Amino acid sequence: MQYLCLIYDEEKKMAGMSKSEGDAFMGEYGAFTESVKASGHYIGGNALQPVQTATTVRVRNGKMSTTDGPFAETKEQLGGYYLIEAKDLNDAIQIGSRIPSAKTGCIEVRPIMVFSH
Amino acid sequence: MGSEDADEEVRAAVDAVYRADSRRVLATLIRLLGDFDLAEEAMHDAFTVAMEQWSRDGVPANPRAWLVSTGRFKTIDGMRKRARFDASLNEIAERLAAEARDTGGHDEESVDDDRLRLIFTCCHPALTPDAQAALTLREVCGLTTEEIASAFFIAPSTVAQRIVRAKGKIRDAGIPYQVPSLADLPDRLDTVLHVVYLVFNEGYFASSGESLMRHDLSGEAIRLGRLLIELLPEPEAIGLLALMLLHESRRAARTTTDGQIVLLADQDRLLWNRDQIAEGSLLVERALSSRRIGPYTLQAAIAAVHAGAPSADATDWVQIAGLYDVLVRADPSPVVELNRAAAVAMRDGPQAGLTLVDAILDRGDLADYHLAHAARADLCRRLRKTEEARASYQRALSLTRQEPERRFLERRLSELDRA
Repeated sequence: MQYLCLIYDEEKKMAGMSKSEGDAFMGEYGAFTESVKASGHYIGGNALQPVQTATTVRVRNGKMSTTDGPFAETKEQLGGYYLIEAKDLNDAIQIGSRIPSAKTGCIEVRPIMVFSH
Repeated sequence: MGSEDADEEVRAAVDAVYRADSRRVLATLIRLLGDFDLAEEAMHDAFTVAMEQWSRDGVPANPRAWLVSTGRFKTIDGMRKRARFDASLNEIAERLAAEARDTGGHDEESVDDDRLRLIFTCCHPALTPDAQAALTLREVCGLTTEEIASAFFIAPSTVAQRIVRAKGKIRDAGIPYQVPSLADLPDRLDTVLHVVYLVFNEGYFASSGESLMRHDLSGEAIRLGRLLIELLPEPEAIGLLALMLLHESRRAARTTTDGQIVLLADQDRLLWNRDQIAEGSLLVERALSSRRIGPYTLQAAIAAVHAGAPSADATDWVQIAGLYDVLVRADPSPVVELNRAAAVAMRDGPQAGLTLVDAILDRGDLADYHLAHAARADLCRRLRKTEEARASYQRALSLTRQEPERRFLERRLSELDRA
């Protein structure tokens, strides 16, 4: 099954890191990504630019409106994701728990919907 | 023998197999068919076929294996028929049929594993505690939705919705039907034990409403506890069963006939159930001898010391306070600290207890917990600080939701006035 691991963390906390802390954190992510590629779980993944770059778009009655910022203001922000292939939810949770941000923020693990045709 | 008698006999045989084995059959069918709803349907189909076929051909040598295999093939047949309208079912039917050819085996060991798989899946940590309890009672204990609803004083539709959602999540999120790996076992077992204890407590200390105790849920929880140690004799599982039995042993003494609470110290110990105390105490020793001692075993050990005291005055408070010292370290929580304070008060006097209770309340941890204020009130009463006792009883009264506890606190308040 495929699962999307959504990474939520406090951007403030990350922005407040010293250079060496930031490098160490990125190093952990690099090592994690390599390990899930090697184990065959990795399908894709990206980090996102901070929420201040976000724009929310809506169309109502045929009229589009755009607003600055994310859909919902929360303490922790969506900062990136991994798309993984896992045997089952236990396997996916195991991988999710190894994402470095699990220790500082949290990881939402969501199964990918499969449409039968 | 008339054919009516024969029918009656087969019906009795089928009923007996249903009571004894329907959960085992279901647990195995869930593994074989990979789906809770399909398995339930298959099981009911199998029992229906049993009624017809057993009266014609006699009861098979191994009814359980017969039911599993009949349910399995009924499902495959049903899918093949429906595949004419929905081609995707054909693929599933053929996969299930191929698996059935590969694994005809139906040994006792895998059946026991299936029951554990069912328990661990119903108590998967990705489900909410409410859903874990409802699903466990439904699938493992075989209670109906209505029985679960009335036991928890909630609407049947709420229970049904919880169960449907939980099954949906198991299916859609890919919660596996498995016994956890050895590395995950301690944490996962904790979740299972928590569900069992939640069910027990829901029966023993009804969280709201008129009646203080509902027998069925406590009985179900004890049955679950027995099943668990039969399948997985881990020390904490043994400790939990001991704890439940020792609590249960006091059931008849806990309330008066008109539903008033009787405190442990005032209970008529002749009403305590000696068989349950003997079994519980033996289990405590077994759990303690494992040397891997957890919170349930410690609480059971405390309950066993109470159970072993011939009268309230003869209680070994030194030992109980000592066990609470260990429990506070093993399972630190404000409620455990409060219980320890009550034990210290019995060992060293009410002033020592009051100092500890006030320290806990000052931290604000239990400010809204009625039993903390009731405990404080009781200590003040014993110290003859009547005004402080009154204030604390009133605070407790304003926080409790249970009718019997309200009446108990009101009684204590009026006794203060008379004193």
